[in-house]
Amino acid sequence: MYAPEVEAPAAVVLPASGLDDLLTALTGRGYEVRGPTLRDGVVIHDRLTGAQDLPRGVGDEQRPGHYRTTPREDDALFGYAVGPSSAKRALFPPRQPLWSAVSVGDADFEIREADRPSPRVALFGLRPCELAAIAVQDRVLLHGAVPDEVYTANRADLLLIGVECGDPAATCFCSSMATGPGTDQGADLLLTELLGGEHRFLLRAPTAAGQALVADLDTRPATEADLAARDALLEDAAGAMERHLDTDGVHDLLLGNLEHPRWDDIAKRCLACGNCTLVCPTCFCTTVEDTTDLAGTTATRERRWDSCFSLDFTHTGPASVRNTTRARYRQWLTHKLATWIDQFDTSGCVGCGRCITWCPVGIDLTAEVATIKRTSEDPDAPARS
Amino acid sequence: MTVLDAPVEVPTRGALTSRPYQVSSVRHQTHDIVTIDVAPQQHPIAFKPGQFDMVYVYGVGEAAISISSDPATPGLLSHTIRAVGWVTKALNDLQPGTTIGIRGPYGRPWPLEEAEGKDLVVITGGIGMAPVRPAIVQALRHRERFGRIVLLKGARSPRDLVFRDDLDRWHADRSIDVHVTVDSAVRGWSGRVGVVTKLIPRVPFDPENSVILLCGPEVMMWFSAEALLGRGVPAERIYVTLERNMKCGVGSCGHCQLGSKFLCRDGPVFSWDEVAALLDVREL
Ligand SMILES: Cc1cc2nc3c(=O)[nH]c(=O)nc-3n(C[C@H](O)[C@H](O)[C@H](O)COP(=O)(O)OP(=O)(O)OC[C@H]3O[C@@H](n4cnc5c(N)ncnc54)[C@H](O)[C@@H]3O)c2cc1C
Ligand code: SF4
Ligand code: SF4
Ligand code: FES
Repeated sequence: MYAPEVEAPAAVVLPASGLDDLLTALTGRGYEVRGPTLRDGVVIHDRLTGAQDLPRGVGDEQRPGHYRTTPREDDALFGYAVGPSSAKRALFPPRQPLWSAVSVGDADFEIREADRPSPRVALFGLRPCELAAIAVQDRVLLHGAVPDEVYTANRADLLLIGVECGDPAATCFCSSMATGPGTDQGADLLLTELLGGEHRFLLRAPTAAGQALVADLDTRPATEADLAARDALLEDAAGAMERHLDTDGVHDLLLGNLEHPRWDDIAKRCLACGNCTLVCPTCFCTTVEDTTDLAGTTATRERRWDSCFSLDFTHTGPASVRNTTRARYRQWLTHKLATWIDQFDTSGCVGCGRCITWCPVGIDLTAEVATIKRTSEDPDAPARS
Repeated sequence: MTVLDAPVEVPTRGALTSRPYQVSSVRHQTHDIVTIDVAPQQHPIAFKPGQFDMVYVYGVGEAAISISSDPATPGLLSHTIRAVGWVTKALNDLQPGTTIGIRGPYGRPWPLEEAEGKDLVVITGGIGMAPVRPAIVQALRHRERFGRIVLLKGARSPRDLVFRDDLDRWHADRSIDVHVTVDSAVRGWSGRVGVVTKLIPRVPFDPENSVILLCGPEVMMWFSAEALLGRGVPAERIYVTLERNMKCGVGSCGHCQLGSKFLCRDGPVFSWDEVAALLDVREL
């Protein structure tokens, strides 16, 4: 299982032209490589055949309710922030067959469990917030009371290759959540793209699997100047972060303000579309669907992503528990930032900003929390969890 | 957090997989409530009173249903179901011999051990008898360990009364003090009329030395809890079983959350002091 390295190996430098060798080394080891690529003007995660599939010279412009890729003046391969897709799509897919009931005779059936292979996948170019999101999902789906069979299978033969952030979007707030823009953990191999002077990557390998990869590449030891360039990059990135979320006391703040008028105000804007839950890399709620084939001889049970914004989500008997959008937004935000901590000893938010960018009406959780904090009627109200 | 260096061991499959069981009998309790029995010889389900299963009807879907049989009789597993929607209607229409799917048992049971040496007071509304029936049956098997055993049972009307044969038997052998009431009477009903909560101030039991099991619609549990608190029963000895939409039963689908609690895993049985403040928040 997990073998922490006793001593982190020294960083090395790979010229940008060597990135293709890294991808080749991965495919050579039998990994299907998935990473950022441009599709219809959006950076998504998909299969990569080589470094040519990466979005070269592409940047992005993100604001509440707004996303656009833009050309950059350099050849950066990672010059954009996170797009709408996350590792969740690969590890906990939107649709997951669970089992089928195959009828035998008139009134009997047998259960056939779905195949559960562990694909050999390398997720390439994950940002620190995305690595942090995988760590959160690990807590929920791998180390929870009942390990999830789908997530566990997809996680079993997985390699993670991270890329630190030099150019956060205006919707990012990872520095508030202590998940980025740099990181020392969460991946087998960590890349930092350095653009000034020679276009190169700083490589650090926290695990044996990552070190074995590095050994296959034509690298040189990192110099003081390389390391200083990384430090400067991360400092600039953190400094450029426009959004902040004050996590200090946010658990009690939200749970102590369940009847705050701000929830009504948000409900006037929120469409309850559920986009925020779909793009969020940690949201894990699901529902199940049973479908029968035309012949009526096989009934298949499938699990799919669900959203706490749907009315059905809490349907019980004559009505739903959370009838109003107010109650549903409140559930989402209090779960992310407060009750998640009680349940899994970590925040459910990694500060990736996706829910802000992809909200059609631009609702910004950092602004909502700040407003509740500023106008909290009773800061000492008891928190209910 | 950890990175997994080597392949992890994939745990035993099947937390979400139903197992087929053949229905041995279908007992009609009322016009819209049946008890479905299976004889789980091959895969017995060892359960405690108050636990529930996810019950599957071929091609239709699954519902969370409490186990209503005697935990000491592993050869008979029963679920008592009121027809309200797709799955529960299909369960009500089943014929003996049909195969259904069952997975479980899930959830935190009633704290029967805590009631030993004390009065055990069971208060139910409607189908709420189903999850407490195994507790009563188990308590009666060890009758000497409890003080008074009191059952306050409410139903909408006489025709909605479930488990009548149990009631007749318990009534006859006097080991349990049974009070039945209906919201609205019909001709021929000679019993009590009125909501079950009205009985709480009057029936004999020791409020300071009792454990209460409460199951019914949420408003009924709310009023009952108030009446019990009013009689001096401490909140931590009033136990309720809560219902929310449930898709998995194992704490992973997220549907059953109430505050930080997953009802399927942390409940469905809770003491009143654990949940009263949460239930008091509208639409939580
Ligand atoms: C822990 C637990 C124990 C239960 N024990 C019993 C029991 O012993 N006997 C019994 O008759 N019923 C019991 N119920 C209620 C039962 O689960 C619902 O009546 C059933 O899910 C309704 O499903 P349906 O497909 O027939 O209804 P539909 O209305 O067609 O279902 C639509 C959706 O609503 C949900 N739903 C509808 N009503 C309820 C409800 N009351 N509670 C929770 N979800 C609901 C369903 O799960 C489904 O997701 C229990 C519920 C829980 C949570
Ligand atoms: S809540 Fe929003 S910012 Fe936080 S992890 Fe989810 S999508 Fe990202
Ligand atoms: S907050 Fe925005 S994205 Fe989320 S449900 Fe409301 S409108 Fe949709
Ligand atoms: S029923 Fe799925 S989390 Fe409780």
